[in-house]
Amino acid sequence: MPAAPSALQGSFDVAVIGAGVIGCAIARRFTLEGARVAVIEKAPDILDGASKGNSAILHTGFDAPPGALETACIAEGYAEYLEIHDKLGLPLIRAGALVVAWTEEEEALLPALIQQARDNGVADIAPLSAAETRALEPGLGAGVRAGFRVPREYLIDPWSAPHAYLLQALANGATLLRGCEVTGGGFDGAMWRLETTRGPLSAGIVINAAGLYGDRIDARLIGHSDFTIRPRKGQFIVYDKPAAALATHILLPVPSKITKGIVVCRTAFGNLIVGPTAEDQDDRETAALVPETLAALRARGEEILPALAGQDVTAIYAGLRPASEFKDYQIRAHAGLNYVTVGAIRSTGLSSALGTARHVHRLCAEFGHQRTPLGAPVWPQVTGISEYARRDWQCPGNGGIVCHCERVTRREIEAALSGPLAAQSLAGLKRRTRVTMGRCQGFYCSAALAALTKGRLTQPMAEAEDDR
Amino acid sequence: MTGDLPGFADVVIVGAGPAGLAAAAELKARGVGSVLVLEREAQAGGIPRHCGHSPFGMREFHRLLRGPAYAARLLARAQAAGALVKTGVTVTALHPGSGLSVASAGGLRQITARRVLLCTGVRESTRAARLIGGTKPGGVLSTGALQGMVHLQALRPFRNPVVLGTELVSFSALLTCRHLGIRPAAMIEPGPRVTARRPAGLLPRLQGVPLLRNTSITAIEGRDRVTGVSLQTADGARRRLACDGVIVTGGFRPEAALVRDSHLTMDPATGGPVVDQFGRCSDPAYFAAGNLLRPVETAGWSWNEGRIIGRAIAESLGDEVPDFAQNMKIELQGDVLKYILPQTLSACPAPAALRHFQLRVTRPARGRLILRVNGEVVLSRALSALPERRITLPLNALPAGAEGVAELSFEDGPA
Repeated sequence: MPAAPSALQGSFDVAVIGAGVIGCAIARRFTLEGARVAVIEKAPDILDGASKGNSAILHTGFDAPPGALETACIAEGYAEYLEIHDKLGLPLIRAGALVVAWTEEEEALLPALIQQARDNGVADIAPLSAAETRALEPGLGAGVRAGFRVPREYLIDPWSAPHAYLLQALANGATLLRGCEVTGGGFDGAMWRLETTRGPLSAGIVINAAGLYGDRIDARLIGHSDFTIRPRKGQFIVYDKPAAALATHILLPVPSKITKGIVVCRTAFGNLIVGPTAEDQDDRETAALVPETLAALRARGEEILPALAGQDVTAIYAGLRPASEFKDYQIRAHAGLNYVTVGAIRSTGLSSALGTARHVHRLCAEFGHQRTPLGAPVWPQVTGISEYARRDWQCPGNGGIVCHCERVTRREIEAALSGPLAAQSLAGLKRRTRVTMGRCQGFYCSAALAALTKGRLTQPMAEAEDDR
Repeated sequence: MTGDLPGFADVVIVGAGPAGLAAAAELKARGVGSVLVLEREAQAGGIPRHCGHSPFGMREFHRLLRGPAYAARLLARAQAAGALVKTGVTVTALHPGSGLSVASAGGLRQITARRVLLCTGVRESTRAARLIGGTKPGGVLSTGALQGMVHLQALRPFRNPVVLGTELVSFSALLTCRHLGIRPAAMIEPGPRVTARRPAGLLPRLQGVPLLRNTSITAIEGRDRVTGVSLQTADGARRRLACDGVIVTGGFRPEAALVRDSHLTMDPATGGPVVDQFGRCSDPAYFAAGNLLRPVETAGWSWNEGRIIGRAIAESLGDEVPDFAQNMKIELQGDVLKYILPQTLSACPAPAALRHFQLRVTRPARGRLILRVNGEVVLSRALSALPERRITLPLNALPAGAEGVAELSFEDGPA
């Protein structure tokens, strides 16, 4: 329940604005470093903005701009994910990526791309002929000219990772305020006072990880922003599980200056995705799906993997990337204000989050932020929802399967609806469990799910008969 | 619970809808020792469980019943005959020679059987599969999901939805909306005519719901809840219609994930398994009946199919139907014919269980159906048909004992 607006929500060392993957990773880092952290999220649930729709790849950063901050954050984030994923119960599918050149122009770009990968510290790359490329992925369509393999590009789960980061922060003392929008605030030289829709709170340091609203939060709190968010929409098609057998690798095109291009890859949930598009727009809220674009995406997917023709589409989704007029991340410590902007994470946020968090923590040393790191932090485990690991439906006492397509159990749903990070929206419940995300999209389980979630979501799936 | 699940049954039936329950009763009536029906839902009965309207049961019980009462009677009859019906049990894999992996609240286990009958039914196709644009708010449901909420849980997901589609099930959705005071804003049909037969097509007028033909939904609007839809008519005109939900109806397809992930041969045209005239799959230990075979037939039709294929299974246990010896494959020519069922015929003197081929067309068709065996015309028949309407052709249109390939084609022209 929202507290009365006047009640002080508390006093913290650090307030993180925004609970996307970046905010969750920052909250974890500062908590582990001994800070008392509050995470402020305006949506009813976390991961409700840019982090809700991405391609779920753990990138090495092989194609990132050499010397860029983004590249450094990806490298550091990648390394930390490999180090901690087992301890948090997070999946890692060692798919490897295959960069495929389909035209003469693309083929000509390969040597430079391989050199760029080496400059970025990704050295385990060798050029492949057309025949060698095809030998690795026999399902590729006609016209493959050449390629190279990036063995350490992996698949992860876009949602359990940030959930685990934030859960670990919460388990070690952090506070999460959801449905809480920052409406204003000021710094008195020692402490920030933030005004929010759930009342004021004070914090020694404010970190703006507001994603698609990063520039607006800057304007609201420090009076200006050094960048302007230019939302870039990405539409995706998710194919049903049999399609996952069509490709082992993450199939990447030769990237252009604007986008990594249309990727075809498996997902941690056992499906196969084709996407994203890269479409600039002004709207920060709405990522509209466009039938013609989806049809074109489908056609492109079938050129890359001809056997995709005739495969069933399970889902369609679109995400918004918080791009800006700059190519690189816009991460800046504002001296004298105890304020850090973590903006314009235009892509790769999932890969770089843990590294970005470390970078931000180092920046805060400039403000004299020094705490004693936790000696023995708690390591909560998230429920494994990867298709490539053991699932709850295979274990006794699961309460039975509720969502048949994705085989989500009653016990998993109950777990996702309780605890410090309980789902408060159907979308949040989907991200925690995969429920209704399968081929029937809720034909079979919506009724049972509506009954199970009754009175437990901010936006109920349905009203009771008597609530006229 | 899995604890009291037997590890063996003479016949295991997967799915407790009209086909599965009818087969269970028939198998027991024919003296089969143990018949085990596995249902993944909490309640047996299949789709009729949540169709809170008539007419069900004329053929089966000689009276007019609402869906839930009909489902309850089917279950009672199967149980009274001696079949064991277990709910909350999901079959997760089919193994050659009729071993099944099953999951329940108790975890995973294996069951073996002499024969397995698959009756996993159909579901509607989704908004995603139709690539309908716009946002992804709450309140976009299939008829099945809507009916489950309304009839099984007494929950109302919206008040003024639009109904997309004009198949029989679309009118079932309209009838469901009469419960709990749901008032549809419109019924929307992309094509020029109502798909379902009369008198269903009269329903919108009776309920005061505008019927918009030649109209497509180009986008769904709203962030958390549906706030409206963008419509486009065949002449390109666009407009917005306010509503708080979208019922995406029909476009049925077999719920065949289990078959598709197994060793059994699938038919891409029906979306179900390939079967012969006994409902037998490419592994002779497996049979299929009901709407898993094809989209889509009525509950009564599926019930009858369960009964006659159940009988064939009983006979196969007594070796009266010999093992699979496919000697004829039926192939469709051209793109007017959508599917044919059965897809193969086995050389077998026993009377067929499925005595008719079942066909559908992809577009309104007026002309002739022509059947050739090894190139020779054996049947030429007038056909005038609309999509999603039942078309049958007697199995004995094929000469007895014919071998090779039969080709069925359609030629436009005067019927």
